[in-house]
Amino acid sequence: MATTTLFTLHLCRFGQSFSKKLFSTSPSSDTLLNPHHVTFHHKLRRPNSSSVPAFFRRFSAVAAASTSGEANYDGIGTADEKYDVIVVGGGHAGCEAALASARLGARTLLLTLNIDRIAWQPCNPAVGGPAKSQLVHEVDALGGEIGKIADRCYLQKRVLNVSRGPAVRALRAQTDKREYAMQMKSVVESTPNLSIREAMVTDILLGKNDNVEGVCTFFGMKFYAPSVVLTTGTFMSGKIWVGRTSMPAGRAGESASHGLTENLQRLGFETDRLKTGTPARVDIRTVDFSGLEPQHGDKEVSWFSFDPDVHIEREQMCCYLTRTTGRTHQIIRDNLHETPTYGGWVEAKGPRYCPSIEDKIVRFQDKESHQIFLEPEGRSVPELYVQGFSTGLPERLQLPLLRTLPGLENCSMLRPAYAVEYDYLPAHQCARSLMTKKIQGLFFSGQINGTTGYEEAAAQGIISGINAARYADGKQLIVLERESSYIGTLIDDLVTKDLREPYRMLTSRSEHRLLLRSDNADSRLTPLAHEIGLIDDRRWKLYQEKQARISEEKKRLRSVRISGGDLAAEVSRVSGQPVRDSSTLESLLKKPHMQYGILDEHGFGNIELSRIEKECVEIDIKYEGFILRQQSQLQQMVTQQHRQLPEDLDYHMITTLSIEAREKLSKVRPQTIGQASRVGGVSPADITALLIVLEANRRKAQEQSRYKIMNAMRAKALEEEVPEVSCTETVSS
Amino acid sequence: MLRASEKPNAVMAHLPALRVLLRHINCLIPPPRTSMPALCTIRATCHFLLLSPKPRKLHATATSKGPENHALLLNRDERVARNVTPSDVVEKGSTIAAIVTSLGGPPGAVGIVRLSGPSAVSVAGRVFRPAKRSKNNDWKPMSHVVEYGVVLDSEGNVIDEVLAVPMLAPKSYTREDVVEIQCHGSEVCLRRVLRTCLEAGATLAQPGEFTLRAFLNGRLDLSQAENVGRLITAKSVAAADAALAGIQGGFSSLVRSLRMQCIELLTEIEARLDFEDEMPPLDLNIIMDKIHSMSQDVESALEAENYDRLLQSGLQIAIVGRPNVGKSSLLNAWSKSERAIVTEIAGTTRDVIEASVSVNGIPITLLDTAGIRDTDDVVEKIGVERSEAVARGADLIIMTVSAVEGWTSEDTKLLERIQSAKSSTGSLIPVILAVNKIDCNPRAETDWDRGCQSHDIFSKRVFTCAVTGQGLQDLERAVLELVGLDAIPSGGRQWTVNQRQCEQLVRTKEALERLQSSIKEELPLDFWTIDLRDAALSLGQIIGEDISEEVLSNIFGKFCIGK
Repeated sequence: MATTTLFTLHLCRFGQSFSKKLFSTSPSSDTLLNPHHVTFHHKLRRPNSSSVPAFFRRFSAVAAASTSGEANYDGIGTADEKYDVIVVGGGHAGCEAALASARLGARTLLLTLNIDRIAWQPCNPAVGGPAKSQLVHEVDALGGEIGKIADRCYLQKRVLNVSRGPAVRALRAQTDKREYAMQMKSVVESTPNLSIREAMVTDILLGKNDNVEGVCTFFGMKFYAPSVVLTTGTFMSGKIWVGRTSMPAGRAGESASHGLTENLQRLGFETDRLKTGTPARVDIRTVDFSGLEPQHGDKEVSWFSFDPDVHIEREQMCCYLTRTTGRTHQIIRDNLHETPTYGGWVEAKGPRYCPSIEDKIVRFQDKESHQIFLEPEGRSVPELYVQGFSTGLPERLQLPLLRTLPGLENCSMLRPAYAVEYDYLPAHQCARSLMTKKIQGLFFSGQINGTTGYEEAAAQGIISGINAARYADGKQLIVLERESSYIGTLIDDLVTKDLREPYRMLTSRSEHRLLLRSDNADSRLTPLAHEIGLIDDRRWKLYQEKQARISEEKKRLRSVRISGGDLAAEVSRVSGQPVRDSSTLESLLKKPHMQYGILDEHGFGNIELSRIEKECVEIDIKYEGFILRQQSQLQQMVTQQHRQLPEDLDYHMITTLSIEAREKLSKVRPQTIGQASRVGGVSPADITALLIVLEANRRKAQEQSRYKIMNAMRAKALEEEVPEVSCTETVSS
Repeated sequence: MLRASEKPNAVMAHLPALRVLLRHINCLIPPPRTSMPALCTIRATCHFLLLSPKPRKLHATATSKGPENHALLLNRDERVARNVTPSDVVEKGSTIAAIVTSLGGPPGAVGIVRLSGPSAVSVAGRVFRPAKRSKNNDWKPMSHVVEYGVVLDSEGNVIDEVLAVPMLAPKSYTREDVVEIQCHGSEVCLRRVLRTCLEAGATLAQPGEFTLRAFLNGRLDLSQAENVGRLITAKSVAAADAALAGIQGGFSSLVRSLRMQCIELLTEIEARLDFEDEMPPLDLNIIMDKIHSMSQDVESALEAENYDRLLQSGLQIAIVGRPNVGKSSLLNAWSKSERAIVTEIAGTTRDVIEASVSVNGIPITLLDTAGIRDTDDVVEKIGVERSEAVARGADLIIMTVSAVEGWTSEDTKLLERIQSAKSSTGSLIPVILAVNKIDCNPRAETDWDRGCQSHDIFSKRVFTCAVTGQGLQDLERAVLELVGLDAIPSGGRQWTVNQRQCEQLVRTKEALERLQSSIKEELPLDFWTIDLRDAALSLGQIIGEDISEEVLSNIFGKFCIGK
């Protein structure tokens, strides 16, 4: 690993008509000695275009001040260091950000510490689950990649909460860790407008107006762009722990990135530290599965992506269930002093939703056994993920502990469990566009904002990617309102609330989740994505056809009536309710336990519709009342909630606010009244006070403008009367 | 970097044509900087949909600073939007209602309940039936034309004869649709009309909210503005304080406990939804039982301690006691009448005698009863039986004893009879001990405690003298405290708090009713959480409480979760 990081891989540009990509994998001495080496380039959309200005089209390149004192190689490389958008970090946030930005036409550079770790899944190789799957569907509806890759690389898929309501139904996929990274890497590599380069970014280059101009790397390279997205993951001053031993690292075996935190602090950013961890991996060949309860995937596979092109079924692998034993609990109790939390050398508490096994055993002493899931990490790797068994115990105790689990009596451990702590920037420093409030053009996404999870990262990544590209192009930034999506909820929570642990998306965080289902992620977000140019014409056509079919089918179900017959009999049997004569199919579908499938069985279904479309129809009809009620509740709220707050409001001067509210609001600087009301410590009375101040300010401004107009008119009149009065005097009055 | 700024007016010209193109995107004009005050007025009128004619691109119509202007994406699910006509999607605020004439003093001839908000007319239409009935059911009033009619409750009973004064937006105090219902001035009447409006979908106005709305909607001038600000803030702080402090007993503890139960249920359910495979299965029967018992609690709270009943029929207070302890004198003194015949002879009162008094606006019926004792007199025997029946049916019992004679064994016996009467109905009727004739034995006041320590059955103890009227105020206060209306200043401020709690219970009842119908229709578990959340929210002491975080902390505290 250490050797890889010494390499500097460069995507360079030989000429503008090269469309083939070449990789220089060995560092020539030239390259190392001269940072301004000639590099080559894979280029993209318009290989035959010969004029450079045409390349930059509407994207205006920031004038790169040619670095003084250094040799100038005009025309053979320096232009390459100017981009529209630079994305720092190649994880799940970075990939989505870079892809979205490049697809919107921005010349995008992805800088990563290690190209071979693009889209790596360092923890559980799984995508989706409750709330997280909604994020994935939404990112896909916006034209993102995570859902497609998960659909292509799954090892097993299951739909959770099947019978608990359409809003909480959640798809979860085990993915092939290596294949996932490979697939994403090849997508990133083959996307037009997107260049990749290995680099450790250590500083942000600033322009004159508190705007970002580019980044500076460890080896002294400068890359220029008006938009920069930081997705540093766990790498910023990362430190990993096994037992009492620690070393600087972003992940096991990968060096941390140093220097950036200090430079961000120098720019006035507040930083803090978070901690997370990952359990041990064992060799699948040393595990005896015979006595373990298998967990199979769904027979009928569901998909994250709305794009049918990636709906290709593959063979599924099995997960297994084992349990902790009395012996497990004994070892942990005997060695509690060896764990960071109970030994007392680490104060930071881990996330509540992901406690270590020692936490579970200490806190829930009456529970004799805890479930442990064994999940394969890939088709071609022998690694098995031991879900629910993360620990802070030293490595020497980890194997004995693993061997107390049924089935793992003779296992060998491939990687020990470890914890990682890293720097993050409390996200109240970002606006909801994910652009920082301090520095224009600088965006943060992923763990740097205090989240955890690939899905959360991807969700932020696509938003910051879109906005970075739009900012570079001088366009308005996009904000997803809290009520519009889980993505909006996630970002609103991040920039508004205080964080006490890495933030994970949960269904209970969304107030109106019935409206934010996975089945309608496309009808909520795809029109926007098409609008801004992330959904191409093919996907748009598919989308429109799907919506038309659903709407037609609903119309049909409303108009077709039946009286008696097999269907009526079956419906009354299933629902326990009588079926009146000449009932519409719609009214039948509304009955308890009634499903579209029953219509199909009796020949009343529509064979033109896909399974997903039938599901949409069923949900729309069955839960219509609830959906409309929620919608109208939302509407009532939205008028006031979406009132904008001026960015330069001085909360300290508003004496009608409580002291606490003044402090909190000054810190968070919410963008809307709704957001203000969600800031901790802000009471309804404070919100009323804010509304009054806003209105009073509006009136004052109105008066002032009236006064000015009057003055101007008076001045004009004066001017006409007394022409010798000079203009400047008039204006200054 | 920015495209050339367009003049807002020019953009406005594009509006109508473009609005159709993109309903779901809201580009706001940037918040005005102080240096460009002229924009402020424009901003108020044109904060939607500034779109370029090209359908594929969103353009910044940036007029001031950088692109930190936002294109806001509202929740527009195309699938739902297709069924909903655009007029249904018009943004709406809530509709508020309150009694706007003063309360607490002597009743005025006329009192006014005011409704304000976008659905003021439809709410009023639900409760008000004009004398001249139009053919269709919808009430379509002409602005500023008074209509005569009646207010009906949800069951169709006439509550009051009223005049309805519709004042449609913007020609009203708040610049919203306003309907004022002029009722008869008694508190009972006004409160019942208000309650009906609340049940029909209005929310109870916060103190000063009408004025706040008037101000926010552009009425009142700037000099008034800051005063309004101070006033309203002070009021809402006071209201919040009052709500937070809560009054002991009565509704507030019930509301708190119901809210906790909601949160606990939510915890149980949400934990399963977010951590499906890590949790033991949910026992639906237990959940259903809990929900059932909660709605029973709400029901009985709304019934037994029901303001509606208080306001409709008032309180029934039975005065019981041994013969000749001064029950009838007490009734006369309290009702300031000579309603009951008073003599020195024990057993003068044979039948139940009623008298009406009003305590802080609540009509109270005092029921004087025959002295309870074992007797052979046939007529008196019937009287005694009636006394016991009355005691059983009353909301409150005042047991009268004589300070002269002190606590006697007959009193103990009588108390037992009342108690047995109580257990037959199953509910506890609060009993106030009135030690009468205190003037004849002033020492009793200090000695009394020693005399009857064991009788902790009494909710309150009051020393009275029917002849001088001494202690009657204490008696009234004790009554109010027991029905949860204690500490009412003459202005009746606490009423608002209680009214609010009552509203909370009404909303909770609605939510729980919906919840039970969801359960009955066997809707999936997730749908239960919607109404549980609603219930918990309506029960919340502070509006806008973060239920999610509370539920999450509970989940993590209670269950072992985490893969």
